[in-house]
Amino acid sequence: MSETDAAIAEICERFGNDRTRLMDIVAAVQADRGGVDGSALDAIASAVGVPRVEVESLVTFYAFFSDRPKGGIVIRLCDDIIDEMFGAGKVERAFREALEIGIGETTPDGRITLERAPCIGLCDQAPAALINDVPVTYLSGDRAREMVAELKQHGDPRKLVHRLGDGNNAHPRVRSMVHNGIRKRGAVIFAEMERGAALRRALAMSPVEVIRDIKTSRLRGRGGAGFPTGMKWDFTRAAEADRKFVFCNADEGEPGTFKDRVILTECPDLLFEGMTIAGYAIGATEGIVYLRGEYAYLREFLEEVLEQRRKDGLLGKSLPGRPEAAFDIRIQMGAGAYICGEETALISSCEGLRGDPKNRPPFPAQRGYLGFPTCVNNVETLCCAARILEKGPGWFAELGSKGSPGTKLLSVSGDCSIPGVYEVPFGIRLDALLEMVGAPNAAAVQVGGPSGRLVGPDEFKRMICYDHLATGGSVMVFGPQRDLLHVVERFMDFFVEESCGYCTPCRVGNVLLRQKVADFRAGRGAASDFAWIEELGDTMKTASRCGLGQTSANPVLSSLQAFRDLYESRLGPDRGDAFLPAFDIRGALAESERLAGRASVVYTGGEGEG
Amino acid sequence: MSKTFTLTIDNTAVKAEPGWTILQAADAAGVYIPRLCGHKDLVPHGSCRVCTVLVNGRPQSACTTPATPGMVVDTATDELKEHRKRLIEMLFVEGNHFCMFCERSGGCELQALGYRFGMLSPRYPYQFPVREVDASHPDVMVDRNRCILCGRCVRASRDLDGRSAFQFVGRGPEKRIAFNAADGLGGTDIEAADRAVEVCPVGAILRKREGYRVPIGQRPYDRDPIGSDIEAKAAAAAGAGEED
Repeated sequence: MSETDAAIAEICERFGNDRTRLMDIVAAVQADRGGVDGSALDAIASAVGVPRVEVESLVTFYAFFSDRPKGGIVIRLCDDIIDEMFGAGKVERAFREALEIGIGETTPDGRITLERAPCIGLCDQAPAALINDVPVTYLSGDRAREMVAELKQHGDPRKLVHRLGDGNNAHPRVRSMVHNGIRKRGAVIFAEMERGAALRRALAMSPVEVIRDIKTSRLRGRGGAGFPTGMKWDFTRAAEADRKFVFCNADEGEPGTFKDRVILTECPDLLFEGMTIAGYAIGATEGIVYLRGEYAYLREFLEEVLEQRRKDGLLGKSLPGRPEAAFDIRIQMGAGAYICGEETALISSCEGLRGDPKNRPPFPAQRGYLGFPTCVNNVETLCCAARILEKGPGWFAELGSKGSPGTKLLSVSGDCSIPGVYEVPFGIRLDALLEMVGAPNAAAVQVGGPSGRLVGPDEFKRMICYDHLATGGSVMVFGPQRDLLHVVERFMDFFVEESCGYCTPCRVGNVLLRQKVADFRAGRGAASDFAWIEELGDTMKTASRCGLGQTSANPVLSSLQAFRDLYESRLGPDRGDAFLPAFDIRGALAESERLAGRASVVYTGGEGEG
Repeated sequence: MSKTFTLTIDNTAVKAEPGWTILQAADAAGVYIPRLCGHKDLVPHGSCRVCTVLVNGRPQSACTTPATPGMVVDTATDELKEHRKRLIEMLFVEGNHFCMFCERSGGCELQALGYRFGMLSPRYPYQFPVREVDASHPDVMVDRNRCILCGRCVRASRDLDGRSAFQFVGRGPEKRIAFNAADGLGGTDIEAADRAVEVCPVGAILRKREGYRVPIGQRPYDRDPIGSDIEAKAAAAAGAGEED
């Protein structure tokens, strides 16, 4: 056995040669060797006993893994629309020039790789990037050049952090320059918390009573879909099995969302308490937090909080006053795949598979992780659950609006003077929010991220809640100077990049819609395209296998609804001949003309002989 | 045998057995629901979405959804037919499907569905992707230009042939079929007689030296539209009913 094979075998051994821990194994090999090449694929496959192509399948799925070697330092520039608006292009140019490489390339000495990444959860401090695990914020061209010089000198991304952020960002286990940007504290998430109080109250009740309280509070999932949490807990409790699991979905990846980052930084105890309560209520003894790879810098800190809870008897083999009830939590790292925020894809990923969503039924509450009943809740939902047990369901149900009780964390970014995280009661009107965040001149707002809706001023009087403008938390503000069609095109870029590719309508439909938006931007739209877009969007909505494909046409559909004039202004010349302006005959002929060494006679009016 | 039960498919009561999917119940009743990734000998995949039906009014893939007592299924509303046609067109433009010189013409399920849905030309722009052909194996070749990512070969090789010669790599539009070897298909232990080769619905996996063994015009879908075999059951049952 070669030295590298032995090193890989040792990594696999550390995870019990367990096929379901393939995410951790591949992450460790990737960190160790800068990539998972062919020989590493073979070594991993033989250690865990799976076909080589299964390992390759996983490695090529996740953006943070690579089958080709990368540098020891990987710079990932956030390329979402908000970062672009705040100068990410200049930052990218500075990095490229200073490193003398392009995007996707590695410096000739093999040390530094430059890449783009979709939203890394720092839109309120854009432009931002990740350098290995280290987030760097408020970048500029000058700062990029300085960083490259520093990295060339000491090679340690952690040393790029010269000033620490507020709150736990300055914690010795975090030491990050990120700031929380909490602009408004509400009564549920950002209120003071007495550690263990909610858990003790829950444990004094029966599991059925706990679920009854969650139902009475009418809590609904905060991730975006809004499923009633009490029902989910009830289904998982009712499923018969030897093992059950509570999963926390900490994979927020919807562009413009960053509120879970702040919860994880400032309120981890509230979250873990919510998970423990959920475990007690549904009869689960094991919990997993699926933490997005972009938030790896919070991992050590979260591990320390978990360890402290174990020491304090709030987690582990027995729970306060309930020696028979056990619950523990482990953290599973993601590796750069938005789709893993979909609950069944998240489960696939935890099982050491590609992040493909699963067929439903069966639902996770019946058969989830490793086939066991699994309750998957969003970070914010679990925090709400803990607070409901602490303060009572009646108290919670009184907050917010009628159909949407409680508060909601909103991650606000874009053209506003006070971006950041706002905890507001559900039912707040969009115009009131815009005033709060300093955006009096907003021309459009993307509510709920790309998979949500783009709304114009005539809808600013609508309420943010499940029944009107629903959102998992992302609110992006666009001023009158922005080209909204460009925004839409960038959102479609995102979905093309992040579709898992499993089902036809999502894999193909997103590409086609992106092309169509590009046609309009190039002034080649046709009047017949409006129906074409709506029909294609309808098929994607109806036939896609999971929420990603069912909502990924929304940027185009909702902008077409709210800003049809923008599309109409980009219609191509109507030649009245039923030919499509989108078809660019000269473009299509370009390669033939190049090969023939002359221009088309027909299309240059006979002057093309050359 | 376990208890049969009844569900409604296209306004007709049909019988099903516990454990059946909607697709199986429909097949048994002689109702053809078009499908590409689904295959009677393979575990359901649910990826092509061509078999999307309405279950109690909600869209679901018939191949993955268990039939349950009292379920009301619509398989052929005008809207569903239109969705199916669009999905077939999407698959046509996504790859490089040149029926006129494809060895599977007449036996290709994608082409046959195009005919069945009356597709003249796709309404979507051809993507003309650049894709690789693998001819490294002595007896089998793979042409990714024609692959529709249905995953039949993946499941057949794993579950029926016991080899796991195939798996998907990459994601989104970059997703493609790959082989369980560093040096291409030739490095795998696949054999020409494997079910994985036979189940390919299109001309992506072909046996070498067998081209045009069955002449054009005498191939399965040259004679009868795809789904005729299933629909014949319903016709036979109706005929038998009349004789009673």
